[in-house]
Amino acid sequence: MRVFVPGDSAATSIGADEVAQAIALHDPSLEIVRNGSRGALWLETLVEVETPTGRIGYGPVTPDDVESLFDADFLKAGAHPLLLGKIDAIEWLASQDRITFARVGIVDPSSLIDYEAHGGLVGLRKALLLTREEIIDEVTESGLRGRGGAGFPVGLKWRTVSQTINAEKYICCNADEGDSGTFADRMLIEGDPFTLIEGMVIAAIAVGATKGIVYLRSEYPHAISALQRAINVARANSVLGSQILGTSYEFDIQIRIGAGSYVCGEETAMLESIEGKRGVVRAKPPVPAIEGLFGLPTVINNVLTLSTVPMILAEGAKTYKAFGVGRSLGTQVFQLAGNVARGGIVEKAFGVTLNELVHTYGAGTLSGRPLRAVQIGGPLGSYFSTAQLETSMDYESLLTAGGMLGHGGIVIFDESVDLAEQAKFAMEFCAFESCGKCTPCRIGSTRGAETIDLIIRGVKVDENKKLLLDLCEVMTDGSLCAMGALTPLPVKSAMINFPEDFTGAPK
Amino acid sequence: MKFTPWSQDVALALLATLREEKGPVLMALQLMQKEFGYVDPACVGLIAHFFNKSRADVHGVLTFYHDLRTTPPLEHQISICVAEACQAVGVRTLAKEAKARFGDMVNDSFCFGNCALGPTAMVDGKLIGRATVGKIESAFQ
Repeated sequence: MRVFVPGDSAATSIGADEVAQAIALHDPSLEIVRNGSRGALWLETLVEVETPTGRIGYGPVTPDDVESLFDADFLKAGAHPLLLGKIDAIEWLASQDRITFARVGIVDPSSLIDYEAHGGLVGLRKALLLTREEIIDEVTESGLRGRGGAGFPVGLKWRTVSQTINAEKYICCNADEGDSGTFADRMLIEGDPFTLIEGMVIAAIAVGATKGIVYLRSEYPHAISALQRAINVARANSVLGSQILGTSYEFDIQIRIGAGSYVCGEETAMLESIEGKRGVVRAKPPVPAIEGLFGLPTVINNVLTLSTVPMILAEGAKTYKAFGVGRSLGTQVFQLAGNVARGGIVEKAFGVTLNELVHTYGAGTLSGRPLRAVQIGGPLGSYFSTAQLETSMDYESLLTAGGMLGHGGIVIFDESVDLAEQAKFAMEFCAFESCGKCTPCRIGSTRGAETIDLIIRGVKVDENKKLLLDLCEVMTDGSLCAMGALTPLPVKSAMINFPEDFTGAPK
Repeated sequence: MKFTPWSQDVALALLATLREEKGPVLMALQLMQKEFGYVDPACVGLIAHFFNKSRADVHGVLTFYHDLRTTPPLEHQISICVAEACQAVGVRTLAKEAKARFGDMVNDSFCFGNCALGPTAMVDGKLIGRATVGKIESAFQ
């Protein structure tokens, strides 16, 4: 009899380990699988039991509920106030388009056998029958764009690296998910790490790389151990190593751990950090595809990007691009965060509205107080007002609306939020995390925080607002990377969409 | 958390495990901190000499990264996420209360990827969701 108790660190942060211990203590004969999270974090700890008719869920379970679950005979799907019924039938999950997250929460993340039983390695096996060109054509055809935030076409990047003549090339996976409000990379690595490994192997074959690096944040210790365990299993089963699945292809992956720097999520700062140096941004060109890690051609992709590749190879580009709208094809793994009643992972085709995400899935605020603002795309993303809830969630529509998709994080705020304080925080965060290479970011962020402080205190409000907008323009146009160039986005959107918070009047 | 008291011999033995690594300086500093709880100032010269770098190279890396500390850690390590998603659920108040209660043991952090169950704290290596001062205290190892 198998019982599933998520080992995902969001679930363990509210007691999943204690729930698992209580179940094991009560019945030591049970096999407890520590799966990833289904993504419905408002139901954690979500305990599932395997029954002849499918997996039945109970949640949110606390350690104190365990006795009563046994009393209710939950192993046979007995009635209990926390009974949710068949997990696959829960509307919140069933209505999603789970592609990248298809296996997360379902499989045992440490088992390659379980991974294969759920469609794993099909994409890699197909790729091994194709030429390098054909793999890149398939990825190009799918329309997949970089999910880290920049949205660069993946096929184009891979082709550039593929056409370089160096004998040594790198695949670098950017898992430095530092944006507040985002946790999809972490959950995927903890819940389905073999998908990322498979995606990296396919990328390596396509461009002719033999070495892979995953740059993973130190703030994610559980993801680090989950990925290392999966890499060891992959090596032992020839998914990594010198003869991948019995072919002559060679590829291996090493994890490099970050050290608490946000700017190291910027791709060139990440390369510097992997090289063991200060995480200072590099000027481009040369682009990393030509001169990347240790000066060699390097594919840099986000966790979600690489983890989507196996499905594209397995099911075909046409299946993938049937999802989405315009030039935003496929699905996006949205993350509902902050003051939200039903937070977690919502993977939907591009084109879903902000309102559907915030209200249909998020069910409004956690506090129950009226919704006031939504920040989309992390600390460098715009603050949207409730008047903008009908915005379509795709790369182009968000740009038109004065925002950006970023890594798909959606942070919800109730009426207690003060947007002038949020704008000031955006500047302070930039000042704290700036690598210091270029002046608009290094100095501008500090001056920006000071200027917003003057506005909050009611000092020469109109003059300082004008000055702040001018400073934002300098930072946008004069910064080397997105850190300085996009910090004005939350600041300006807060000023434009919430002018009533910038009057300097006492609050 | 238990750490080894600073020892140059232990440090050198650990550095030797990184001999084959490309770009080893950050890894070396992280390894020192993992073992001793902090990077002793003596590590700068040691690492520079071991990997044929300048002291300035090593000092530059040591002072760039927020994770790295040069003084021994206090009894407990409390990091509280003060980024936007946790701000939306009241971390500004929690951080103030925690600092009043636990003083210098509290550090600001930016995001543990637990943004739907905030406010979030990391206490002696354990992640705490829906954090309160009481939950932080009961998580002390």
